[in-house]
Amino acid sequence: MAITVRIPTPLQKLTRDQSEVSVVATTISGCIQALEQDYPGIKERICDEQGNLRRFVNVFLNEEDIRFLKKEQTPIKDGDEVSIVPAIAGG
Amino acid sequence: MGYVKGLKCRECARIYPVEAIYVCEYCFGSLEVDYDYDQLKKVVTKKRIESGPASLWRYRDLLPINGEPTVGFYSGFTPLVKANRLAEELGVREIYIKDDSSCHPTLSFKDRVVAVALSKAKEFGFDTVACASTGNLANAVAAHGAWAGLKRYIFIPHDLERAKVIGTLVYSPNLIMVRGNYDDVNRLCSEVAAKYHWGFVNINIRPYYAEGSKTYGYEIAEQLGWRTPDHLVCPAASGSLLTKIWKAFKEFHKLGLIDSVKTSLHCAQPAGCSPISDAILSKSESIRPVKPKTIAKSLAIGNPADGYYARDAVQQSGGTAGIASDQEIVEGIQLLARTEGIFTETAGGVTMAVTKKLIEQGKIRKDQSVVIAITGNGLKTQEAIQSTLTSALEIAPQLKSFEERVLKNTNAGAGLPRP
Repeated sequence: MAITVRIPTPLQKLTRDQSEVSVVATTISGCIQALEQDYPGIKERICDEQGNLRRFVNVFLNEEDIRFLKKEQTPIKDGDEVSIVPAIAGG
Repeated sequence: MGYVKGLKCRECARIYPVEAIYVCEYCFGSLEVDYDYDQLKKVVTKKRIESGPASLWRYRDLLPINGEPTVGFYSGFTPLVKANRLAEELGVREIYIKDDSSCHPTLSFKDRVVAVALSKAKEFGFDTVACASTGNLANAVAAHGAWAGLKRYIFIPHDLERAKVIGTLVYSPNLIMVRGNYDDVNRLCSEVAAKYHWGFVNINIRPYYAEGSKTYGYEIAEQLGWRTPDHLVCPAASGSLLTKIWKAFKEFHKLGLIDSVKTSLHCAQPAGCSPISDAILSKSESIRPVKPKTIAKSLAIGNPADGYYARDAVQQSGGTAGIASDQEIVEGIQLLARTEGIFTETAGGVTMAVTKKLIEQGKIRKDQSVVIAITGNGLKTQEAIQSTLTSALEIAPQLKSFEERVLKNTNAGAGLPRP
């Protein structure tokens, strides 16, 4: 499924300065694999040695935090939007 | 002059320069200000601090600015109230209220962090500042930003309390109400921050902003006579304040200003949004984000960015956590008002309620000293207690009316319902 992925500033060096890229995937974890294929090095920034998303990386599927869905197993469909967002505070 | 060495990633320890950045490029950990403590040990003494201004800037050596402060000259240095009537009611020997409900100018501890953030934003050359807020930060950025002559874009969830909205608009910023919860606002703001060159106090200025919270802890130690309390109960939204109070105590110890850090830190959260307290109480490895549903809107952050660090601070200090229901929050506000004459907002009600619980559970012993961290003023969250207040007595303007309606029917302080 062709989806758009929004890339945060710290990772844009790896995506040739693009803030939005397109990949084909059917799950979030497939999306990460596809990103790694097109933009090598990106996976190790957002995943730890076990391949799990680092605890400070937030991933949203169509504005919903994947932790409220099926995490890395969350299915994706055509036209979906995935955002990778670093943790931020506030008050 | 400043004593900042640089920024450092809290996860992987990579070093970064002093710039308006907040996240590690390698592991997405948050960046923290790193100080030259060897130099600071030579410079910072009790005498130096005691001769400083009656504001948070008395601790400026430990704050991340290079030149003179330019914002928040009257912020911080709030009262540490010895709460004798509250202590008697709860059966505890020594309770203090650190009362930021009176912080200048916008009546919450956010005046501290914003004083630092905007001083730093000006050093970086920003002419526009911004924030995502649950209310108190909005008030502080709007006010301090007006004072500093900065353009301001302030983002809030659409359902904030009226006083917080008025208390932001009055300073004439650009106030943007987002149709979502705070976490939605925050996520949007991270995208806005990436695109526009603004000083977002809780995003690209965050490492500097967060340091302002240390002053809350420094003041407690100084006001107690250069010592730390046995217990400190602190509310947690993102978890940043709690983390920085711990850092403050540890820094004072490192610099030889206090003999030891013996405080047990306890995390207080509301029942409808307690991801950090839940993780502490269940001893869970991970913190699970929630969708907040609570009257304590200033604590309604479902995905707390400093959650892990707050949990670590609590565990290192040997503390625990508590959770307060909406009803307990309201009772907490009223208890503090009735015994000590301090009117705090819902976040303060949470902290008061959890303190009471921890005493009842024996986690805080009766012979130990306790500081309750009050962070904001009750006038900002009036909706929460309106319906539970007794009403005033209404009489005609005659002595007879007074004597019949008031003196005959009341005992000390109790109100009557309307006829």
